[in-house]
Amino acid sequence: MERKRPKTDVVVVGLGWSGSLMAEELTRAGLNVVAIDRGGWIDTSTHTPPAVDPDELRWAIRKELFSPPRDNTVTFRNRAEQTAVPLRDFGIFELGGGVGGAGFHWAGMGWRFSPWAFEIRSKTIERYGRAKAQDDEMQLQDWGITYAELEPFYDRWERIAGISGQAGNIQGQIQPGGNPFEGPRTRDYPTPKLKTLRMMEIFNNATEKMGLHPFTIPCANLSQPYVNPLGVTMGACSYCGFCLGFGCGNFSKSSPQACIFPALMRRSNFSVITKSCVTKVNKAADGKTVTGVTFVNEHGDTIEQPADIVCLTAFQVDNTRILLNSQISEVYNARTGTGTVGRNFTFQTVSGTDLWFEAETINPFIGAGALGSQIDDYNSDNFDHSNLGFIGGAGMLTLSRDGMPIAKASALPPGTPRWGSGFKKGYAKYYQNYGVIFNQGCSMPVKAATLDLDPTYRDKYGVPLLRVTYDYAQSDRNMAKFTMDRAVEIAREMGASHVSPFNFGDKPFTAGIVASDHVIGGTPMGSDPTTSTVNPLLQSWDAHNLFVVGASVFPMNDGYNPTGTVGALAIRTARAIHETYVKHPGSLVEG
Amino acid sequence: MKRREALLSLGAAVAAAPAVSADTARAEVVRNYPQDMALDRAFQPPSVRVGGPLTVLTDDSERRTIGAIFDRLIPADEFGPSATEAGCIEFLDAQLAGPFGQGAALYREGPRAPDEDKMVQKAQFIATPRERYATGLKALDAWATNKHGAPFADLEAARQDEILAGMENGDIELAPEVNTKAFFELMLQNVREGYFSDPIYGGNKNMAGWKMIGFPGARYDYRLYADRTGQKLDLEPVNLIPKD
Repeated sequence: MERKRPKTDVVVVGLGWSGSLMAEELTRAGLNVVAIDRGGWIDTSTHTPPAVDPDELRWAIRKELFSPPRDNTVTFRNRAEQTAVPLRDFGIFELGGGVGGAGFHWAGMGWRFSPWAFEIRSKTIERYGRAKAQDDEMQLQDWGITYAELEPFYDRWERIAGISGQAGNIQGQIQPGGNPFEGPRTRDYPTPKLKTLRMMEIFNNATEKMGLHPFTIPCANLSQPYVNPLGVTMGACSYCGFCLGFGCGNFSKSSPQACIFPALMRRSNFSVITKSCVTKVNKAADGKTVTGVTFVNEHGDTIEQPADIVCLTAFQVDNTRILLNSQISEVYNARTGTGTVGRNFTFQTVSGTDLWFEAETINPFIGAGALGSQIDDYNSDNFDHSNLGFIGGAGMLTLSRDGMPIAKASALPPGTPRWGSGFKKGYAKYYQNYGVIFNQGCSMPVKAATLDLDPTYRDKYGVPLLRVTYDYAQSDRNMAKFTMDRAVEIAREMGASHVSPFNFGDKPFTAGIVASDHVIGGTPMGSDPTTSTVNPLLQSWDAHNLFVVGASVFPMNDGYNPTGTVGALAIRTARAIHETYVKHPGSLVEG
Repeated sequence: MKRREALLSLGAAVAAAPAVSADTARAEVVRNYPQDMALDRAFQPPSVRVGGPLTVLTDDSERRTIGAIFDRLIPADEFGPSATEAGCIEFLDAQLAGPFGQGAALYREGPRAPDEDKMVQKAQFIATPRERYATGLKALDAWATNKHGAPFADLEAARQDEILAGMENGDIELAPEVNTKAFFELMLQNVREGYFSDPIYGGNKNMAGWKMIGFPGARYDYRLYADRTGQKLDLEPVNLIPKD
């Protein structure tokens, strides 16, 4: 390959959900788009068909679809006075190994965030007063957009992905069977909710009896055949359970491959450069714009890709690291509060309980990656926090996801031997009797959290690893304890004989144990340039032809999976680029 | 070169290349929808190993030791065969010979920080799993010989269980160079992998592990059964079809 490629209108860095949604919008509007992805070309039918996919060891245990820590890891510590250590084995950073990014191997939970989350600071002050929003530790900030502004783009993303679910609120009218706490939707989901499996039945009965409001999680595992607005056909989910960590051989799990590539790849104004890692965005001499990106391909060649518009659509850690390595925008300083790149790293604060029955037949092997029941009664600001030592909450869910036999061997009641005949006896019985209530808790930004470049450890290209400094906010720890207690009550009502609660908020944060794989922040969005890296249209405050798109822009994390919000934001930004920016290049927002 | 020889030498070249993931695509500019619909060779299921000599666990005493450990972790009983009867030694040998054994996915750059394990809240290693087995098994036999006058495999089952329990709960330190607790966890994880992974990998012979718990294996469609919630289905397990 040449050292400097011909200039393109737009370069998209990372072809996951954000990158492919943006490339689809921009190429349809007639722009020339070059995507650059660190991974190789992979597709469902040629790489993970049913003859290959149902293999727990290869995909779920060895994680062969992930980008390995050897190529992608971080260093981390809990406090600035500690020395960060490298994460050497797989942990919470589950980056995709090929095109499609993590969108290829994800489970498929298709959520929207709550309206409250987008205006977290204002809403908290409005309802509870300033003291609740400012506890000297948290660093709350509004997103600069409202749920209502994002709603049309959520709708578009759900249509492209074909999300299966049941509405709980259509234009303000509460719908029976859906989530009564969700923000108002324009219309119902494109496909109906999936089947209610045994663990969900037990959870639904118990929570209804308790006066709570169970509903089926919106799934990117499709309940029926579907043709999306791009003309791409998807199939019905067969409940095989091989989703999280796996490809999908049925065209029934939404992914860039299943939903977008068939349309996008055929466009003559699109191409993707594979196995090539962008290390840097290049600044223009005027200091107000960028000129393109530099990447290294697998042969070690360093190549420049000039572009009029640069879109960083890589995974959260990589968006942040590329910006830091490019020295664009000031680095966040936790002591002075100045700078924005590396600000507001958040996660999910997880608690819940494992539970076991004595004589159930759960048939856990029948499932889908995102399938389960949830209650939002204790999520977001759906309940009164006046007398509670925290804000926010958790989506409390039970899963009918999978019955993976290697992983489930660890899910035995306390006191069951882990090996020997006692283990075999226990596992033979409890495999059919295990369930979980998982509290997917919110994550509040803290002043002390930073993402910067590690002084010691580097990747194979010689670029410093990202250094994560983070520990949970006390507010989140209190929330995790509160929701754990609620989970135990539900488990008892479900009739469990053994209840074994867990709370990750009890211990310091670690990147090495997978409480969740939702890593958030580092390049926060907002309407104040002193506290945000990008404006509400995800345009860099410091270079108007640079856009940063993905979960790295969330200023906090709500009690839901991030993908739906990532998708909606990506579509919104792509529209702003081709409808407004290309006609009038410059800042789209008053700073 | 005849076609078959060419294919075989191609296969050898692929097998020799250290792969972290199955991904073998080259850096390229992809335009238009790729027309080649064949299954990417690197993504095909592996071949089943048909017996024959082991490639990593070649030392007799080492193999006896790991076999004895595995058969205490998963013994033969009314619930099914023992780990070695189910092929877990062959499984482990193949795993240690491949990317897992080489630690191909791990970030192994130095320096090793003194408080790594404390910060991560679990043990981390620059050493590969293959190296950890070699060191750990040697240390265990030296410890057993020193303490009980015989290598681990020659001790009574009750004594073996006592030693394994001591390794598991941190009461026994085999040697300064071995993180004994973590070595126990590595062996427990690997024997479970062998017993419950697809038989294609050498263990779970006759799908005995899956039959023990009632996992139907590599099935891909439960739509016919999904409405029968809470009912016993008694589905016969199926496994993947190997490459050969």
